[in-house]
Amino acid sequence: MITSLLGILFDGFAYGMLLFLLSVGLSVTLGMMNFVNLAHCSLAMVGGYIAVTLMNRAGWPFFATLPMAFLGAAAVSIVLERLLYRPLYRATDLDQSLLTIGIVFVSIATAAYIYGTAQLPVQLPDYLRGSYQVFGRNFGVYRLFLIGFSLVISIVLVSTLEYTRFGAQVRAAVDNQRMARGLGIDVNGVFAITFALGGGLAGLGGALAIDIVGLDPSFAFAYLVYVLIVVSVGGLGSIGGTFVAAMLLGISDSAGKYYFPQVGAFLIYLVMIAILMWRPAGLFGKR
Amino acid sequence: MAVMSSAVTNPHQFLQAQNRWHWIEVAFWLATLLPFVLTPSYLSLASQIAITALFALSLDLILGYAGIVSLGHAAFFGFGAYTAGLISKWGWGEPLSGLLIAAFSAAVLGYLMSFIIARFRHLTLIMMTLGLGLLLFEVANKASWLTGGADGLQGVHMWPLLGMFRFDLYGYTAYTYALIVLFLLFLLSRRLTNSPFGLALRGIRENLTRMRAIGATSRSHIRTVYTISAAIAGVAGGLLTQTTETVSLGVVDFQRSADVLVILVLGGAGRLYGGLIGAIIFMVARDQFSGINPQYWYFPIGVLLIAVVMFLPNGILGGLARLVASWRSRSQ
Amino acid sequence: MKRILAGLGAIAMFAMPSAYAQQSVKVGVVMSYSGQFADTGTQIGNGIKLYMKEHGDTVAGKKIELIPRDNGGIAPDVAKRLSQEVIVRDGADILAGFDLTPNALAAADVSAQAKKFMVNMNAATSVITTKSPYMVRTSFTVWQLNESLGTWAYKSGLRKVYTLVSDFGPGHDGEAAFQKGFKDAGGEIVGSARYPVANQDFAPFLQRAKDANPDGIYIWVPGGTQPAAIGKAIAERGIDPTKTKILGQGELTFEDSLKGMGDAGLGIITAFHYDYNHQSAKNKAFVTAYNAEFKRNPDMFSVGGYDGMHAIYEALKKTNGNADGEALINAVKGMKWESPRGPMSIDPETRDVVQTVYIRRVEKVGGALVNVEFDKVENVKDPWKARMPK
Repeated sequence: MITSLLGILFDGFAYGMLLFLLSVGLSVTLGMMNFVNLAHCSLAMVGGYIAVTLMNRAGWPFFATLPMAFLGAAAVSIVLERLLYRPLYRATDLDQSLLTIGIVFVSIATAAYIYGTAQLPVQLPDYLRGSYQVFGRNFGVYRLFLIGFSLVISIVLVSTLEYTRFGAQVRAAVDNQRMARGLGIDVNGVFAITFALGGGLAGLGGALAIDIVGLDPSFAFAYLVYVLIVVSVGGLGSIGGTFVAAMLLGISDSAGKYYFPQVGAFLIYLVMIAILMWRPAGLFGKR
Repeated sequence: MAVMSSAVTNPHQFLQAQNRWHWIEVAFWLATLLPFVLTPSYLSLASQIAITALFALSLDLILGYAGIVSLGHAAFFGFGAYTAGLISKWGWGEPLSGLLIAAFSAAVLGYLMSFIIARFRHLTLIMMTLGLGLLLFEVANKASWLTGGADGLQGVHMWPLLGMFRFDLYGYTAYTYALIVLFLLFLLSRRLTNSPFGLALRGIRENLTRMRAIGATSRSHIRTVYTISAAIAGVAGGLLTQTTETVSLGVVDFQRSADVLVILVLGGAGRLYGGLIGAIIFMVARDQFSGINPQYWYFPIGVLLIAVVMFLPNGILGGLARLVASWRSRSQ
Repeated sequence: MKRILAGLGAIAMFAMPSAYAQQSVKVGVVMSYSGQFADTGTQIGNGIKLYMKEHGDTVAGKKIELIPRDNGGIAPDVAKRLSQEVIVRDGADILAGFDLTPNALAAADVSAQAKKFMVNMNAATSVITTKSPYMVRTSFTVWQLNESLGTWAYKSGLRKVYTLVSDFGPGHDGEAAFQKGFKDAGGEIVGSARYPVANQDFAPFLQRAKDANPDGIYIWVPGGTQPAAIGKAIAERGIDPTKTKILGQGELTFEDSLKGMGDAGLGIITAFHYDYNHQSAKNKAFVTAYNAEFKRNPDMFSVGGYDGMHAIYEALKKTNGNADGEALINAVKGMKWESPRGPMSIDPETRDVVQTVYIRRVEKVGGALVNVEFDKVENVKDPWKARMPK
């Protein structure tokens, strides 16, 4: 009984970490820069396709594809930022949504054109497959890896944004653009880098997610809802909040499916509604 | 069209000016009759455009006039659609009364939800509408004994409209019916938004705190407009059921909520005509692009959305209004 | 010289479009080319294209013209409108395609009302063909495959099975069909669960199934990205398919899914009507031609489209090019042919497909995972309709 609970907690935690990796980039761009980027999952899809292409066609090892997924998605988001997002920083949320939905549509069609509509197979190296057996429970190796990796990412992110000069510049630029410019901060540059960071994280999340959730052109839409749920429950702009929210949603999702499979589909939405009723700005949100 | 003119300061004069019909409006409604003569083989499409336009109009009432962004408006559309379908399945196929019942049931659901909705703003509000919408989708899927689940509701059969007009293969009846309902509900919405109530809503949209400070009962206003909007969305859903004699989970899914939001923003929110123009452009573009290439039509549609945001901010109507204003000021 | 000839040809073609129009049969193909089910439409379309390439675009003196229309997912209202439009606007004589049950049901109304021949190339819920007397199905029914699998499972020695299915119509059908076949034979269902349609993480469900200690786990999954995820979760849970049998309908072990699962898929047993690995001369030629044309293997969707076109062509031959709905449906009743999937025929009473259900096991052949047929049930009719009161 207790071991089964432990197993469920572990599985749910790992699933939550997957949600975390997919959403943390959006938490940064939406929360800090106030830009509604609904194309976030398109960037994750870019990362996924880069990883798969490098693995399946060029024979790269899995780990070598991860930095490329990050860089590739970051590069795409810099291009988007320069060409399309920058003129719209002051536009309404609705215009930003419409623009980024347009980008989602274009990305879906482009992915279908290049890669076809079939779902692409992902084969992880043997040392990431299978599981360890403890107390008669199986703990998946890849899930362990996901948990460890996400912990590292969140520590790196929090320390970068909280304790470095760059982090201070980002926060300054977000809080008061004019003042930050006056202080000699290159606001445009800082925004571009922040965006690249958010996009890169999405790409990384995409590359890590495809083994568990698969990859086809509908990816850009399919996970948007989950990502939005995680970000809003966590509270805008809070990396710790996103982490906790992802963990909470992952665990409640897994536990719900194990103990009450008949309400499995409702649970994630009910949890979100309950938390937002209790704390409208999310768990760690300020506004 | 409903462009705010700041020169008028007296609210009564302002509302009177708003209530007058502009010649472009008259021309627009006359143009909706053109499909009967020019493109009679497109009447089925025209009827679904009219239904989508009505749905977008219902969203405009809460989004454009009260600032409530909803990603779950399909809940009401779907509730109306299923209600209309079930009444017919249970043996009452009379369209007009079915539509009224659909409107009423969606209104009840909207009224209940409005108590939750009125408490929130911004992202939280969007996520609440999204969450409630997705919950309703799961309920509709789960209750397959009632809704038919993923297979769709079977056995929907409509009697002829007014006992005389059958729903034909060409869509004559469907388009006439949808267009008349759209026009009547448009008149109602126009009346509503150009009333003191509509002004109060705009105040809420612009500045909630100040409205509270001048003693306006903002929450009850929001609840009222949300209920009306839900009822109209329910009528749109009921119309879709009645004119196609099908109901499926598609009427209540996220895609439908997202599509109608895209359509309204594309056309321009807060102008009543925005949803109508958006529905026409979006659906005609989709029909034409997917006719040319059924696989990659998402691409040109996406480019269209991007182009509208870049060159006509605040939607097509918003952008056009600005272009007209700047052209006028330049020519003076 | 060549150019002049080509130019003349082009002029000739433009000069007499009306003559051509009368000599053509138009086929409206309504299915999802975009969205979540885009690959279904793509593969059905490929099957159609290949058949037309092999057999020419003219049959019984008529030119076959396709009018493809995108349904974009579960949207019966759109399916109905598109079917109406291809008939009233484009003058289609035949409706074809239909990937999803609700869409096929809605289009059936149009077929019945307009008296047009309709070829359902995929949608697999039993009831669909009863909705229009002019409809024929060239895919399969969920009941056909899974009731056979249930009966077979008991025969193979399984006594206690857990069922896990996708929580929507076809999944419920699969669950009911398997349980009926298995229980009627004497087996016991020790537990069952339905997972949400958009589920991604299967660990909790499979853990629950494992904890019920069955001899076998039956899984119904609708293709897409889920089968690979299930396969990986099975391995991760430490479920050994050689001890606890994993059973399912063929989508579970689609080619792409097996690539994603890797060796975790070994030993999974599925019931299906078609696989590119089916051993026959006809299928070898089909797979080779398919690969040459589209650079990938055909699947059940492709063969549904391919055989659907076959039904259209052969029926037109019988009616001598008469595209009237009544004439075509009569021509197709009782039709028998050798398909890449093996022998198949159209039941003259129900207009539904009659075919062999193959029981396959995932094995490694030449380094790749494939479904190897090791047992079969021949001439299976749709059992659901057989039980329906006449």
